[in-house]
Amino acid sequence: MISLKSVTHRYHPQQDIRFEDWQIDAGSQWLLLGASGSGKSTLLHILTGILKPEQGHVTIKGTSIYDLSAKALDQFRGRNIGIIFQRPHLIKSLSISENLVIAQSFANLPTDLKRVDEVLGALGIADKKNAYPDQLSQGQLQRVSIARAVINKPALLIADEPTSSLDDNNARIVLELLMQQSGANQATLVVATHDKRVKDAFKHTYELS
Amino acid sequence: MSPIKISWKSLWSKPLSSALNMMLIAFGTGILTILLLASHQISQKLDNNSKDIDLVVGAKGSPLQLILSSIYYIDFPTGNIPLKSAKELSRSPFVKRAVPLALGDNYNGTRIVGTDSNFVALYQLKLNDGKFWNNDFEATIGAGVAKEHQLKVGDTFFGAHGLSSTSDVHKNHPYTVSGILESQGNVTDNLILTNIASVWKMHDDHEDDHKNEAASKHGDHQHAAAKQVENEDDKELTSLLIQYRSPMSVAIFPRMVNETTNMQAASPAQESTSLFSLIGVGVETLQWFAVLIMLIAAISVFVNLYNSLKERQYDLAIMRTLGASRGKLFLIVIIEGIILTLAGTIIGVALGHFALQFIGNYQESNQARLTGIIFLKEEIYLFVAGLAIGIFAAIIPAIQAYKSNISKILSKN
Repeated sequence: MISLKSVTHRYHPQQDIRFEDWQIDAGSQWLLLGASGSGKSTLLHILTGILKPEQGHVTIKGTSIYDLSAKALDQFRGRNIGIIFQRPHLIKSLSISENLVIAQSFANLPTDLKRVDEVLGALGIADKKNAYPDQLSQGQLQRVSIARAVINKPALLIADEPTSSLDDNNARIVLELLMQQSGANQATLVVATHDKRVKDAFKHTYELS
Repeated sequence: MSPIKISWKSLWSKPLSSALNMMLIAFGTGILTILLLASHQISQKLDNNSKDIDLVVGAKGSPLQLILSSIYYIDFPTGNIPLKSAKELSRSPFVKRAVPLALGDNYNGTRIVGTDSNFVALYQLKLNDGKFWNNDFEATIGAGVAKEHQLKVGDTFFGAHGLSSTSDVHKNHPYTVSGILESQGNVTDNLILTNIASVWKMHDDHEDDHKNEAASKHGDHQHAAAKQVENEDDKELTSLLIQYRSPMSVAIFPRMVNETTNMQAASPAQESTSLFSLIGVGVETLQWFAVLIMLIAAISVFVNLYNSLKERQYDLAIMRTLGASRGKLFLIVIIEGIILTLAGTIIGVALGHFALQFIGNYQESNQARLTGIIFLKEEIYLFVAGLAIGIFAAIIPAIQAYKSNISKILSKN
């Protein structure tokens, strides 16, 4: 279970933004809606422990994440939160499977190549295992970034505009994979988007005004 | 996956700029390695060869030339000194041991030295094979000579007039190898030792030939005949190597030689120092040059890391979202710098050794030959310097990676 309690972020001294409290049940799938500039990315960063809010608490699996030390928070994020960005940023100097392996080692988990194969297989890109990021298409790269996000079986899977740079077909496939992977890994899914193609798939919505 | 592997992979993803940085470092360390090895060997050679010699007495001229010719067997002798005066000096109460030297011949570039048993005692020579020279035209050769010219005990060879040329060969008197010395690690490895009389006889014949020619032309037979009567008193030596009886002699003996005889006394220690200070200017210039190259290399590594950090800040931010701590990013960037400079240092040190060995192979003089197959403790400092440059060049980019605000970087895109 994930909760957001009386969280405020301060952009400028005079400009605070207050986020509504949010309760996310384990395993549920949420849509985070809001026009661009409404603080979507800010909220996602707060939710993932990247940006410490001015006030309030974020609790994931019973841990108030901003009470952790910086190092412990980094490790907590690596183990419990998978993030998918609008553009699939992979480390260019590493092969696809190495990109997944560093996600394991940064989280201080042992290298598990079986899990790497399993995840890549589930996302239909097992044959690209030894390729490098610049040899893959955008759609394939986005799949790798989903694979990287779920490799450590996180409790929370967060996607920030995962489909907005993809065409209809790829957007549909990526969304399906996201929902399927969050289900398969029993992860809570939060997708932030302003992409209308995505809306219908979700029951729960958190809207920013 | 360890930070080292991530850094390594990152360097491999931009091979050209990595190679350029390594080359710069390697060039700088290479020059420093050569300087270090060469100056160490030169000073060691200078010390080794003049270890037990307090003073050299020879004909007037350049003292440095006298030292170079009589101790290092490099330059030409300054001239000759009368045997009579040399003998008087040897008997002086200040002198513990005086070693006479008669130079003037060579065998294929190896100098033939006429001397006596004092030479053996001075350099503490030991035989590897055969015996020391005893009779005229017997020669005991250094280990290096035996190896280079493939001479064995019992072999014969002809000396040639001069110190390096092979044109004017003394065909009348072949030398016989009576013994081969153990390798001493000093000049004696590359010398042919014989008695003084052999050198004299070689040249008496030589001169007699000329004189007879000259005499017959002028019809002056008397002079040639008189030559036979002249005995030892007319003979000449090249120089004397002197060991003092007591340290007190330093104050008196050289001045006595310089003022009361028409010979000169030169101190090996003094001349070596002045020679080394001459070489030192060049060495110092090269050293600064190498340090400058290292500095440029450090700046180049810095610029390389700094620029690539701009491209990679998103990568690094992603690593943070995957659970890497700030400390780990700091380490990844620092390790990149260290790998670059340390690899460059290793290549540079290896290159330096190879280059010096190569130079040594093409050196003309046996006595001053340098080798690259020698490893010094001081080379550790080169690696320390490489490490320091790596850290120095990478520290600012690494701190930036450490302090980067990932939320800002991620929301930019």
